[in-house]
Amino acid sequence: MNGFFDIPSDLQHSWFGLIGLHLREALLPVLAGLVAALPLAQLCVRFRWLYPPVLSLTTVLYAVPSLAFFVVLIDYTGQSELTVMIPLAVYSLVVLVPAVVDGVRSVPPETLAAATAMGFGPVRRYVQVQLPIAVPAIIAGLRVATVSSISLVSVGMLIGNQGALGNLLHAATVYHRPELAVNSVVTTAALAVLADGALVLLRLLLTPWMPRGARRRTPRAARPDATAPAPKEAGR
Amino acid sequence: MFGAVIRMESVTKRYPDGTVAVDRLSLEIPDRSITVLVGPSGCGKTTTLRMINRMVEPSEGRILLDGVDIRRQPVNALRRSMGYVIQNAGLFPHRTVVDNIATVPRLLGWSRRRARARAAELMERVGLDASLGRRYPYQLSGGQQQRVGVARALAADPPVLLMDEPFSAVDPVVRKGLQDELLRIQDELGKTIVFVTHDIDEAVRLGTRVAVLRAGGRLAQCAPPAELLAAPADAFVEDFLGADRGIRRLSFLPSGGLPLQKSPVVTVDCTAEQIAARAAPGLPYLLVTDRDGRPLGWGEPEALLAGPPDPARLLPHGRPFEYGSDSLRAALDGAVLSPTGWAVAVDGTGRVLGVVSQQTIGEAVRSAHAGSRTAAGSWDRVAG
Repeated sequence: MNGFFDIPSDLQHSWFGLIGLHLREALLPVLAGLVAALPLAQLCVRFRWLYPPVLSLTTVLYAVPSLAFFVVLIDYTGQSELTVMIPLAVYSLVVLVPAVVDGVRSVPPETLAAATAMGFGPVRRYVQVQLPIAVPAIIAGLRVATVSSISLVSVGMLIGNQGALGNLLHAATVYHRPELAVNSVVTTAALAVLADGALVLLRLLLTPWMPRGARRRTPRAARPDATAPAPKEAGR
Repeated sequence: MFGAVIRMESVTKRYPDGTVAVDRLSLEIPDRSITVLVGPSGCGKTTTLRMINRMVEPSEGRILLDGVDIRRQPVNALRRSMGYVIQNAGLFPHRTVVDNIATVPRLLGWSRRRARARAAELMERVGLDASLGRRYPYQLSGGQQQRVGVARALAADPPVLLMDEPFSAVDPVVRKGLQDELLRIQDELGKTIVFVTHDIDEAVRLGTRVAVLRAGGRLAQCAPPAELLAAPADAFVEDFLGADRGIRRLSFLPSGGLPLQKSPVVTVDCTAEQIAARAAPGLPYLLVTDRDGRPLGWGEPEALLAGPPDPARLLPHGRPFEYGSDSLRAALDGAVLSPTGWAVAVDGTGRVLGVVSQQTIGEAVRSAHAGSRTAAGSWDRVAG
């Protein structure tokens, strides 16, 4: 394991620098996906007929391999971080729209009726009632999106070393240093596990109102596997 | 703030698919009273309720609140002036009990501090322990949740309270407690309450007036409960009232007019002469009371003459009724439960005023019914 953390100088980053870069390239798209998913999901809840076509369209987008995405985008955004982040944002959106829709729909009808009857306007009702109650489902979606995004960033290696920790895989081949490949895989996995743990912690902090322990009734929407697509595998 | 008068003028709700939920309903809902909308499912009672706070907009007709069309004010202001209680309470699961109750005051712009102080005050009023204030709804029982629901509806002191089957999801014992609590709160606050239920017993128990709706959203009858039980407008209402409406009616007839017999009552330390003098014809038993006049039980005169009675060997006296404030139903119940067929009348402190036979109660019922044919609906409501 000699030189495990000795990163080749052509990558222009230390190990910590690569981690920072990796997190930025992975998490900014998730954030962008969430910002886009919230209003889109609200539209889908409000106009029920909109949801099936939106779901079909986003599922088709999800089926596009990231490499194909890169090839198309390179003409416009070049060999840049942006070219990596745009597909990741789209994939996050695909996971998050059903998560938010299910979360918002999981609000009990009588709670919603009570909110309306007490004089909540639609916006206030969404922000103060529907969204907070949807938090468990939204965070379940965020966990899938985040983990999948962290693993997918590595593919950016193929478009001019934009893969952050993934670039170590390339360096491992070029310099005949297999320990760099191990470093890449282990660090990426550790980041994914830590990010997932942080989201679980966030949910616990945001939802003191949820029943804990064995009696817990898992909300329909808190199971991302029910409606959301499976996590995307790196390298597709 | 006291209640307001709600007036529905020929209100119709027709859905785009042609279904008519409410059909030309005209109803005057007086202030400081409980008006119950009752009927089978699909009779449009919830739709009617929801038109009052504009959660459903009528297709035709109009609704006046204190003489002003409800469409004249902004919809959210209207809703904040009407408390709303829903089945299963509909609490916000993500807010504590105190913050649930403080919802409407906060919407009206009260400071957090003032709204929470008000919430604490209301918890006391609806019989919730202050220690529950920081709990979340999932930590409460169904009955407690419903109390929070009522407190939340009352938080901004609205003149009108709309209640949509609020107590139908809790067990009968808890329901009775909640109903008693509602009557007590209404005595103190005097709101205009519109109460929806499918349970005719609940309607008769709570309503100042009961409006019976039939399928298709048409009003079958609207009357005080005693009048409804005495004179159902048609076969539908009669059927809906159920088989024992005759017995239930007695709840509305006062026991105050019953002629009581005082002679067959003796105290535990009375003399043999008194016992001999008091044995009444047609009554082979005497009611024995303690020295304070509280009933102990029935005893046979011969046994009583033999010596001081042993309270354990007396016949049970059934449940005494409170003369004047209890109804004929309670008096009849006491007589039916008593092995001697006589009911025991007591005053407010539980002292015996006299006894009355089933036969006398029956005569009182008959004469009350005869009187009701000439003066229908003139009875005062009697508790119990």
